[in-house]
Amino acid sequence: MDAERSAGRAPLLEVQNLVVEYSVGGRTIHAVSGVSLEVERGETLGLVGESGCGKSTLGRAVLQLRRPQSGRVLFDGQDLTAMQGEALRKMRRRVQLIFQDPIASLNPRRRIGDIIAEPLVIAGVKDQKRREQLVHEVLSAVGLDPQLVAGRLPHEFSGGQCQRICIARALVLNPEFIVCDEPVSALDVSIRAQILNLLEDMKARFGLTLLFIAHDLAVVKAVSDRVAVMYLGRLCEVGPSEQLFAHPAHPYTALLIEAIPVPDPDVRPAESVAVGEPPSPMAPPSGCRFRTRCPRADQRCSEEMPELREVGPQQFAACHHPLIGAG
Amino acid sequence: MSEPVLLSLEDVAVDLPTPRGNLRAVDRVDLTIGAGRTLGIVGESGCGKTMLSRSILQLLPKKAKLSGRVIFDGQDLARLDPERLRKLRGKSLAVVFQDPMTSLNPVLTIGTQLIETLQEHLELDGQAARIRSAELLAAVGIPAAEQRLAQYPHQLSGGMRQRVAIAIALSCEPKLLIADEPTTALDVTIQAQILDLLAREQRRRHMAMILITHDLGVVAGRTDEVAVMYAGRVVERAPTPRLFKNMHMPYTEALLAAIPKIDAAPHTPLPAISGRPPDPTRPIPGCSFSPRCHYASSLCHREKPLLGTAESPDHQFACFHPISLAAGIEA
Repeated sequence: MDAERSAGRAPLLEVQNLVVEYSVGGRTIHAVSGVSLEVERGETLGLVGESGCGKSTLGRAVLQLRRPQSGRVLFDGQDLTAMQGEALRKMRRRVQLIFQDPIASLNPRRRIGDIIAEPLVIAGVKDQKRREQLVHEVLSAVGLDPQLVAGRLPHEFSGGQCQRICIARALVLNPEFIVCDEPVSALDVSIRAQILNLLEDMKARFGLTLLFIAHDLAVVKAVSDRVAVMYLGRLCEVGPSEQLFAHPAHPYTALLIEAIPVPDPDVRPAESVAVGEPPSPMAPPSGCRFRTRCPRADQRCSEEMPELREVGPQQFAACHHPLIGAG
Repeated sequence: MSEPVLLSLEDVAVDLPTPRGNLRAVDRVDLTIGAGRTLGIVGESGCGKTMLSRSILQLLPKKAKLSGRVIFDGQDLARLDPERLRKLRGKSLAVVFQDPMTSLNPVLTIGTQLIETLQEHLELDGQAARIRSAELLAAVGIPAAEQRLAQYPHQLSGGMRQRVAIAIALSCEPKLLIADEPTTALDVTIQAQILDLLAREQRRRHMAMILITHDLGVVAGRTDEVAVMYAGRVVERAPTPRLFKNMHMPYTEALLAAIPKIDAAPHTPLPAISGRPPDPTRPIPGCSFSPRCHYASSLCHREKPLLGTAESPDHQFACFHPISLAAGIEA
């Protein structure tokens, strides 16, 4: 990779106190409520949480596809929230996005070669020969035969192959940072492993930094250096993957880990680990948003919002009564 | 299996005409389930697991052609007249689908849908059906059950809707419940709750259950027996603990290995299964898994292995080169 990329000591991405709200029928959905996180260069940060926790909104707000109400998104030291028009478009070449549904994110009427060349056209690569060459390189990189693939239409491919094509499109501008939003959730188990391995290979080969959003903790752990857990618009816990899974500090992280079905008949599923359902993001609970489902909640949890604080080496939890590092 | 057989599938096949030719969705499946037992059917998209469940319920697409016999409680469902079939479905044979929003009627209240089922099958009067409905909602863990009866499906969360669908399925005390990917659309904490609920009600009512899923993790702790399907066929079938400890079919092994494990270190490369399942409209001569199998020999590409047993009569597999077995199948 070029010197410029590895030069900076500062994190590649810094999200500071980000707030995103949607207005629906006169009511406000508090999708992201004051989230701060950092992604170091070359790192994969996993972001987990259940539906409606705001993880996808956060991913989109990072790319400014959804403008936040407040907060800052610093990419390589520059605040994306303050950027407009051409400056933002230039910046976006360095950050890309991969979506959950690979078939829906490809235009069904365009040939694969054109779909992947589109970012190059937008970025102003005028030489058609050069574009074709780059498209071929990137298709080969994701394990597809450019000769066979470039002239065909998306419907001729399976879900797994379409996700390879989406990854190729995200890579063609040689970005530094990719937000992967549930990239394997729509895929079968046998195909999922292929795509996860491919993402890991591409990360090493192209020197990428990833924000990997998913609801499946095992999938997130497989690819992430650090993991952030989100619940109802707030971060509960952030920490190194191994540490966080071995010693969760936030009761919600512990609950998520317990709820994973383990493919081993000797591991009896814990009975009713999870109580209740997440409250509506239109009316989040006061204090700690998890308190209505938390076995450790007390008076203080309903009155005082817990801030992220260090509970272990590089591990932070927003809880008044953490499972580790209390006091 | 000491329990009397409740359901037996004998040489069941489902053919669907498509523009690309005949698609054999289910290919000569034999399965039995005893009263009060749980059977997990595991496989990836397109393996035929849903078509198999639909052939039990006789809810196949109109153009589909079913052959073989589906014997439920002594009657062949494939040859039952529509009126008697209708009486059976919803009463002794119930189903819970993946998406509760499409199985519930959006313009009727929860109460109406429950009461209708109870009146139809159990001939309860309005008041008795209403009381029973509220009891059922409470039994499946819906708070303020009485008030919920007046609500519409869209007013409930996904997890609550699935609870309602389960309450309707359980309302007439079925002998067999088919749960087709009942938790795939739900979050992981809600999934655990729904699976707990199904297991509890299954035990309490001594009801047989077929749990259809793509997730080996879901069947591991919650079924007596597992059948693994690939390309329309059952390729391995065994009591659950036995299957996980001593699997013989390379596909089962590969499927289990491909799942990311929560206790594995980050960045551990996953043993992926290369390629993808064969096109069901273009059947191949040998074992349908052979193009993706590490152990495949020329025999596997040439001949289709039949489901057979080796050292244990309750462990069936369809493979010429079974894992952890010296000898092959004794047909």
